[in-house]
Amino acid sequence: MSDPKVRPAIHCRQLTKTYPGRPPVEAVRGVDLEVPVGECFGLLGPNGAGKTTTMEILEGLLDATSGDVEILGRHWGTDDRELRERIGVSLQETNLSDKLTVGEIVKLFRSFFRTGLTISQAIEQVALQEKVNARFSKLSGGQKQRLAIACSLVGDPELLFLDEPTTGLDPQSRRQLWDVISGFRNAGRTVVLTTHYMDEAEKLCDRVAIVDNGKVIALGSPRQLISQLGSEHVLEPSWVNNPPTEAELRTLPSVTLVRREDERYLMSVSEPHLALPALLDFTRQTGRELASLTTRHATLEDVFVTLTGRHLRDGDKGAV
Amino acid sequence: MSHRFTPLIELTLARVREFFREPAAIFWVYGFPLIMAISLGIAFREKPKQQITVDLVGTTEGSRTGELRELLKRDTRFVVHEPTTESWKKRLRDGKTDLVVVASSDPASGDSPWEFWQEPRRAESLLARQAVENLLLKGQGGTVVVIADQELNEAGSRYIDFLIPGLLGMNLMGGGLFGVGFVLVDMRVKKLLKRFLATPLRHSDFLLSVMLSRLLFMVPEILALLGFSWLVFGVQVQGSFLELVAVIILGGFCFAGVGLLIASRATTLETASGLMNLLMLPMYVLSGVFFSSERFPAAMQPLVKALPLTALNEALRGVMLEGESLPALWRPIATLVAWGAVSFVIALRIFRWK
Repeated sequence: MSDPKVRPAIHCRQLTKTYPGRPPVEAVRGVDLEVPVGECFGLLGPNGAGKTTTMEILEGLLDATSGDVEILGRHWGTDDRELRERIGVSLQETNLSDKLTVGEIVKLFRSFFRTGLTISQAIEQVALQEKVNARFSKLSGGQKQRLAIACSLVGDPELLFLDEPTTGLDPQSRRQLWDVISGFRNAGRTVVLTTHYMDEAEKLCDRVAIVDNGKVIALGSPRQLISQLGSEHVLEPSWVNNPPTEAELRTLPSVTLVRREDERYLMSVSEPHLALPALLDFTRQTGRELASLTTRHATLEDVFVTLTGRHLRDGDKGAV
Repeated sequence: MSHRFTPLIELTLARVREFFREPAAIFWVYGFPLIMAISLGIAFREKPKQQITVDLVGTTEGSRTGELRELLKRDTRFVVHEPTTESWKKRLRDGKTDLVVVASSDPASGDSPWEFWQEPRRAESLLARQAVENLLLKGQGGTVVVIADQELNEAGSRYIDFLIPGLLGMNLMGGGLFGVGFVLVDMRVKKLLKRFLATPLRHSDFLLSVMLSRLLFMVPEILALLGFSWLVFGVQVQGSFLELVAVIILGGFCFAGVGLLIASRATTLETASGLMNLLMLPMYVLSGVFFSSERFPAAMQPLVKALPLTALNEALRGVMLEGESLPALWRPIATLVAWGAVSFVIALRIFRWK
């Protein structure tokens, strides 16, 4: 028997997945991950980056083309039944049976597991008590997603996989789900989730892996990744007319990076108290007029942009 | 209860709930076959037995016309009218009677004791004249050929008797293919199949529950069709009811297996329904649902007989109409078992779980 305190919840090496075709699609190209027990781990990346493919390999729903996967010290292919009892899965989209009620669906999923929560416990965890007799088709998007999470919690898993749990939800529903996920993690369980919302990853995850084109391009806690930028602040100025060149702005003090997006500029800045007055002086001296100016902390989005030159929401070339 | 069977029971229950909460499905499974039975039953209902109507005019007791009346009344083929007024001409003209026999006003003379009035442009009228004449000739003595009249009127020989087992078979086919095949592909499309796979649910429990729920839906369907055709058309089961149930269950499993095979690889509902129609349409025509499959040329018969619906219909009609027992129906039964078993085994091997 393995000691869960020593063994990581997830361990994978050189994971690849190539979908056959002309040309073949390399969805995952050599991913190494190690997630210790009790961590909330995020896979962050744009659509089509290979997040879902990686997740489904870890969940044992997809066979890897090559590489090793170890989940809770066990392997898919030999310990499937045991693993299935110990993990909870919520897919990117699950259309549960329209005609069944919340209570009936949770009861159905509970019946698949030897041990687990009671039906009312599972429903309580996602705060759907009032909807217990409502049919699935009558639920809102957020309620459906909470029900999907209840179905993944009902087996009382040690490890929970959530694929884009809050995509397409309103802010309130997202926050409700975040509470559910934090609660699960705070109980010492392990969570792996994918998202393309940077705020979600920053809020929920102990560590994130930024995935792009089937590879992990950055790994660490959100704070680490942001501080690795060398400049934790961002200025976003725009001018009414005569926009300056990026090179001009880069000469200002403590500015490490300048990107232009149409009218707007993104300036990575390590010390805003130096950069900001310099920016205002520059504007006055060159006779320009500011249209807007925002200052904010750098986010994982900035990390992604810095690393790839693209935004997380760009490159929607169809999810894999 | 032991955990072993809970998933199977819960899944079956869920399927049953889903089904009965879908009004359209209930109509197609239960209402449609009944409407089909009613409309076809009406379209091909029995024609009334053909009878010959003869009017007798001026008949008196004890005369030859009186004797004729007795002869006609003893023969069930004839309906005798004795209009009191002169209305018989109008009745003949309007086709209300086929032949009018008018007694002569002076029977003592050597003339014919009657006049036969007919309408030579109507086949019924000519037939009536022949029939009455034959009757008279028989009554005259001479060598009488005794004819033992028999009518083909056994229960089970009518069109509706032929049709009901065909509808039953057609229903079992449609229900099996759609109830299993369509449902599975729909679950795959909706990713519900994948979601179930991510739990400890056994594959066998899952497939078994789909088949089991299908068999459960079948019970009221069969009872409705059989009960309805018995009440309305008097269709009866000549053979053993238990053996009929056995054939029905076998048919249900056979087509559930074929449905499973169709669902095993299909990833879109369009593919699945295309495959199903490809399979079902020829069988609607070839397999003797509405008319006997024997009508197809001998060269086609091996193919026709190899179809599962032909086999099912043959077995159903064997039990329902001929009162045959299962051993006598071994050929269609073996065909059904083979279709079911082969599709099942192939389906399980190639089923796209992931």
